[in-house]
Amino acid sequence: MSNSEPMLAADGTPLKRSLARALRREKMRALMLIAPLLLFILLTFILPVADMLYRSVDNKIVSEILPRTVVALQDWDADSGELPDEAVFAAMAADLQQAAQEKTHTKVGVRLNYEQPGISSLFRKSGRKAKKWNVEEGGPWKEQLIEVHKGWGDPEVWRTIQTYSPRVTQGYYLNAVDMQVGTNGAEMRPENEQIYGILFWRTMKMSLIITLSCIALGYPVAWLLANLPARHANLLMILVLLPFWTSLLVRTSAWKIMLQQQGVINDVLVWIGFVADDSRLVMINNQFGTIVAMTHILLPFMILPMYSVMQTIPPSYLRAAKSLGATNWTAFWRVYFPQSIPGIGAGSILVFILAIGYYITPALVGGTTGTFISNRIAFHISSSLNWGLAAALGAILLAVVLILYWAYDKIVGIDNVKLG
Amino acid sequence: MADSGNSDAFVAFERVQKSYDGETLVVKDLNLSMPKGEFLTMLGPSGSGKTTCLMMLAGFETATHGDILLDGVSINNIPPHKRGIGMVFQNYALFPHMTIAENLSFPLEVRKMGKSEREEKVKRALDMVEMGAFGGRRPAQLSGGQQQRVALARALVFEPELVLMDEPLGALDKQLREKMQFEITHLAHELGITTVYVTHDQTEALTMSDRVAVFNDGRIQQLAPPDLLYEKPENSFVAQFIGENNTLEGVVTEMKGDTCVVRLDDGEELDATPINVTSVGERTRVSIRPERVEVDKNRLQEGAHTLKAEVLEFIYMGDIFRTRLRVAGNDEFIIKTRNAPDQVRLEPGAQIEIGWLPEDCRALDAS
Repeated sequence: MSNSEPMLAADGTPLKRSLARALRREKMRALMLIAPLLLFILLTFILPVADMLYRSVDNKIVSEILPRTVVALQDWDADSGELPDEAVFAAMAADLQQAAQEKTHTKVGVRLNYEQPGISSLFRKSGRKAKKWNVEEGGPWKEQLIEVHKGWGDPEVWRTIQTYSPRVTQGYYLNAVDMQVGTNGAEMRPENEQIYGILFWRTMKMSLIITLSCIALGYPVAWLLANLPARHANLLMILVLLPFWTSLLVRTSAWKIMLQQQGVINDVLVWIGFVADDSRLVMINNQFGTIVAMTHILLPFMILPMYSVMQTIPPSYLRAAKSLGATNWTAFWRVYFPQSIPGIGAGSILVFILAIGYYITPALVGGTTGTFISNRIAFHISSSLNWGLAAALGAILLAVVLILYWAYDKIVGIDNVKLG
Repeated sequence: MADSGNSDAFVAFERVQKSYDGETLVVKDLNLSMPKGEFLTMLGPSGSGKTTCLMMLAGFETATHGDILLDGVSINNIPPHKRGIGMVFQNYALFPHMTIAENLSFPLEVRKMGKSEREEKVKRALDMVEMGAFGGRRPAQLSGGQQQRVALARALVFEPELVLMDEPLGALDKQLREKMQFEITHLAHELGITTVYVTHDQTEALTMSDRVAVFNDGRIQQLAPPDLLYEKPENSFVAQFIGENNTLEGVVTEMKGDTCVVRLDDGEELDATPINVTSVGERTRVSIRPERVEVDKNRLQEGAHTLKAEVLEFIYMGDIFRTRLRVAGNDEFIIKTRNAPDQVRLEPGAQIEIGWLPEDCRALDAS
C-alpha cells in the first residue's frame, strides 16, 4: 500500500475518522469527569481574573454618566489654556442634573478624583444644586457653574474630564508605574510621589532573598529526609509538615513574639551580653522580620519538591563517584547536586511566585519598609476602593511572574522542573 | 573451610564480622584470601552476606570486627575514594547528567590528570569494550547491554588492580548476559586484574570464576574452583545450591574408610562416600547428581549400586530428557539423560531399575 493514500477502515471510511469516532465517547466521558472542576475554576478563577484585567482599563463610567459633556468636549483644545465654550457647560449641567437624580454624580466624582484630587467635592457640591436647575431655560451655564464651585473655572478640571472620557484608559497602568498624563502626554510623577516602582522592586528583591534563604535552609533538610532511614525520615517529615497544620496567623504572631524588642531573642541576646539593654535589635516591622517570617512559612514549599527529586537519586551514584576516587565534596558537587537541580528549580518557582504575591505576613510584620506590592493592592481594593488601579497593579504583577516563568523556561528549561 | 590469610595474598579478609543492629551478625568470622589476578565469585542467596562483604571491601560499610587487607595493608581506615578499587554497580550507576565520555573522564579528572592524557585513556577504555562511537551520548540513550559495557569501562579506565562487581549482569536478558559473562572474564584475564564478583546466579559463578565462594548465613560454606564445587560439594547446602541435586535421607549404619553404608528411611541400604558424616547412627542426606544416574542396565559400571524406581513424569527438553522418578519414597528424584539416538524414553508408570557409583553418591550432613 502506498503511503500517499489514506488508510481505510474495514467499512471504507478513512481510518483517521473512524478512530476519532471511536475515541470520541472516551473523550466525552473524560470531559464529563473533569467538568465540575473545570466549571469551578472557570467561575472562581478565570472569570475573576479576566474581570480584573478588564477593570484595569475600564473607564466607561465617565462616558456613561456624562454622555453629553463627553460629546461636547471632543472639539475642545485643552492646550489652548481657555475654558470650553457655553455648549460644554450646558451639556455638563444637563448631565449633572440627570446624574444627581440617579445619584451617580458622586461616583464619577470619585473616579476623576483619582486623577485630579479635589474633583470629588466639586461633583458632590454641584450635584446637590443641580437638582433645582432648569436645564432647558436656565443659563448661561458657564457663570452659573463657576458660581456653584470655582473648580469649574479651572481648565485642568476640564482637561481631566476630556482625558478620561474614552471608554478605555491607560490611566491606571500609568498610575501603577508612577506615571501620569501631563500636558505633553505621559510623564513620570514627581520623585516624592513615586511609590509603585519602589514597591515592585522591593517585592522582587525580597522574594528573591526569601527564595535563596529557603534553598539554603531547605536543601540540607531535604537531603536528610531523602537519606535518613525511613523511621527517622518520617519523624522529620512530620516536623517539616507541622507548620502546615498551624494557622498562618499563629505562626506570624509567634514571630512577632520572638523578634520584637522585648521578645525572646532580644532577651536572650541581652542576657548573654551580646547586645546592650538599651540598644536592643530591631528585628520586626521591617524587611528583616518579613524575610524571616516568610522564609519560615514558605520553607515547606521548598523542601517538599527538593525531597521528592532527591528521593529519586539512588545512593549508588554517590558510591560510584567515591569508588571512582572522588572525595565526599566532589562526589556531592559533581554528581549529586546536578541531579538535584530540578528540585531546586521547582521549589524556587513555587516559593518565589508565592512570595511575590504574599500579603498577610508582610502586612503583619512588615512595618513600613517591609510591605509588598500586594499590600498596596489590598489597600486599593478594600480602603481606597480604586479597583482599577488595584487591577492594573495586579495585572503588572501577573505579567512579571509570567515573564520570569518564561525566562526560567528559556534559561533552565521547564522540563527540568520535577515535583517527583 | 575458607582458607586462612597468608602473607602474599592480594586481598585478604581476616576474621571479619559485620553487624548492622548490634544483635545479629550478617557476616560471621569471614576468612578469605585471594592471590593477584584471580577471578573470585561470591555466590549465595540474598541475605547471605555476600554483598555486605563486597561493600566492606569497597569501603562503604565498616567491618564490626577483623581486618581487611589489600596488598598486605589494612584498609579498614582508608576512605573509599582512596582505595583505588574499581567498582561496577548493579544498576550501573552511570551519571545521567554526563555523557559517556564525561562519565569515563570523571575518575581521571578527580585524579588531576591532564586533558590529553584523559582523552586518550577514555578512548582506549571505550574501544576496549567496543563502545568507541558512543562517547558523546548520554546513558539514557544506550541499551542495557551498552550501559553495562560503559560501566565496566568506567571501572577500568583508571587502571585499578582490583575490580568489584555487584551483580552487574542482573538486569540483562539471558542471551546478552551470557555474552557479557564471556567478555568480562576475557577482559579480566587479559588485563590481569583481580576481580571480586558477586552474584546469586550459579551459572554465572560457575562459568566465569577461577574460584567460587558459596555464602550462606554469613559464612563461606565452600571455597573451591567451579568443577570441585559442583562435583564434590562439601555440605548439603552447597550440594543443594549448586546445580540440580537428588537427596535421599537415611542413617549411617557402617563406616568402611572410603565408603559407608546408609540405610534409607524405607529400609533400602546403599553404599556412599562419607563427606561430613563421621559416626555410625548419624542421620545423613545422600546426594546424587541427576546426570550421574544410569537407567540402562547394560551400561551400568562395575560396583554400581542399583535401586528400584517408578517413572512419574517424562519431560522432553530438547538436548536432554528430564525424568521424574519415585525412588525410596522420594517423589522428586530427577534424572537427566542425553538425547542420543539409542536413548530410551521412559513411559510414566514403568517400573525400572536405576544405578550409580558409590563415588557419585555423597553422604552429607542432614541439616
